[in-house]
Amino acid sequence: MVTGTSVLGVKFDGGIILAADMLGSYGSLARFMHCPRLMKVNDSTVMGAGGDYADFQYIKSVIEQRVIDEECMNDGFQYTPKSLFSWLTRIMYNRRSRFNPLWNTIVVGGLQDGEPFLGYVDKIGTAFKAPSVCSGYGAYIAQPILRNALEKQPNLTEQQAKELIDQCLTVLHYRDARSLNKYQIAIVTKDGARIEGPISSATNWDIAERVGFFDE
Amino acid sequence: MQMDPGLHKGEGYQYGPNPKQHYFSPYSMNGGTVLAIAGEDFAVVASDTRLSEGFSIHTRDSPKTYQLTNSTVLGCTGFHGDVLTVTKLLEARLKMYKNEHNRQMSTSAIAAMLSTVLYYRRFFPYYVYNIIGGLDDEGKGAVYSFDPIGSYEREAYRAGGTASSMLQPLLDNQIGFKNQEGVTKVPLSKEKAVFLVKDVFISAAERDIYTGDNIMIHVTTKDGTETEVFPLRRD
Repeated sequence: MVTGTSVLGVKFDGGIILAADMLGSYGSLARFMHCPRLMKVNDSTVMGAGGDYADFQYIKSVIEQRVIDEECMNDGFQYTPKSLFSWLTRIMYNRRSRFNPLWNTIVVGGLQDGEPFLGYVDKIGTAFKAPSVCSGYGAYIAQPILRNALEKQPNLTEQQAKELIDQCLTVLHYRDARSLNKYQIAIVTKDGARIEGPISSATNWDIAERVGFFDE
Repeated sequence: MQMDPGLHKGEGYQYGPNPKQHYFSPYSMNGGTVLAIAGEDFAVVASDTRLSEGFSIHTRDSPKTYQLTNSTVLGCTGFHGDVLTVTKLLEARLKMYKNEHNRQMSTSAIAAMLSTVLYYRRFFPYYVYNIIGGLDDEGKGAVYSFDPIGSYEREAYRAGGTASSMLQPLLDNQIGFKNQEGVTKVPLSKEKAVFLVKDVFISAAERDIYTGDNIMIHVTTKDGTETEVFPLRRD
């Protein structure tokens, strides 16, 4: 099965950024190098997923259909980050309760009543909100970098958040063996939601030749 | 005491010298500790705010206490997916009761209801340790503690969650006056109860890796509920 690795999310002053690389791995094979793992739900909500790519595509198609149905109802309501987060949590939990989980770790982000929102949902229905959220290896490698930056400066600017994310994805590319140096970011501000990419971060492999091998 | 989170109940993979089969585990352990103390005319419910999984911290700001009514607070810890589901279910049932009976559910009624809600899932339990703290119909402090499948009883004080075995003995000694000789049993004041809660959690955070970051303390009296956040060590 095709899988995606980490998804990162960070709040900044006036919005949020989600980031995910564009690799669809097939075990240890880097099979598909243009898999978008971020999705724009509407102008206030974005979602990203790691884990099984097929399950992500299924969730994506269900959400897209619901957004269309909502548009048809024309009652002025649309999915908010909190409502999508709550709905996804219930879906994931109920699937796990039937022992047929959607094998994903999902990050939901957006602007809720003018306030930045960031949430994490597991394949077994564990869900929480936080100022920085990472799935997969990102939780071990990127989360400390994000938390450190937010502790020093709780209100980042959009540009600072973008640079922080780039730094995190660079480190992830160095250390996560199932990652790719080609990623997308989703930015949500009061001006709307947009997905940017593909972006490649600047990497420096100079030290590689100095790394000793078994006999050298 | 569990030393290796990977070998804990509900984990889908075990580390060891032999090949092991992977299986999907519907549970995970998200850590956390809750505590409730009943006073003469007040109840204290406290929890830490750390949400963990394995050796990771998901977030340092996830309180395990839920205010159900003006006079009842629920402390809920274990597998966070089940915690979210049980609290959502309870809040819905509370609303339904309020609409039907035109009054809030009493603490004892909520306790009885929680027991049935938990037992309903007797053969696929909610992996949650619940403790309810509030005021009873006479305005006296009440604490009800539960096991994951709904067995419950009313007590004067109870600690639940990962550091429960560290907190409970100290409470037995200091609030229950157990194994103390020649001591005058003074009724517990609100202030002393809160100091005790802070002290026991500070101690628990020293040794339990799942307890730390902050504690959220709710003190419920006839005038409502006051909330305080108190910092703990973050390592």
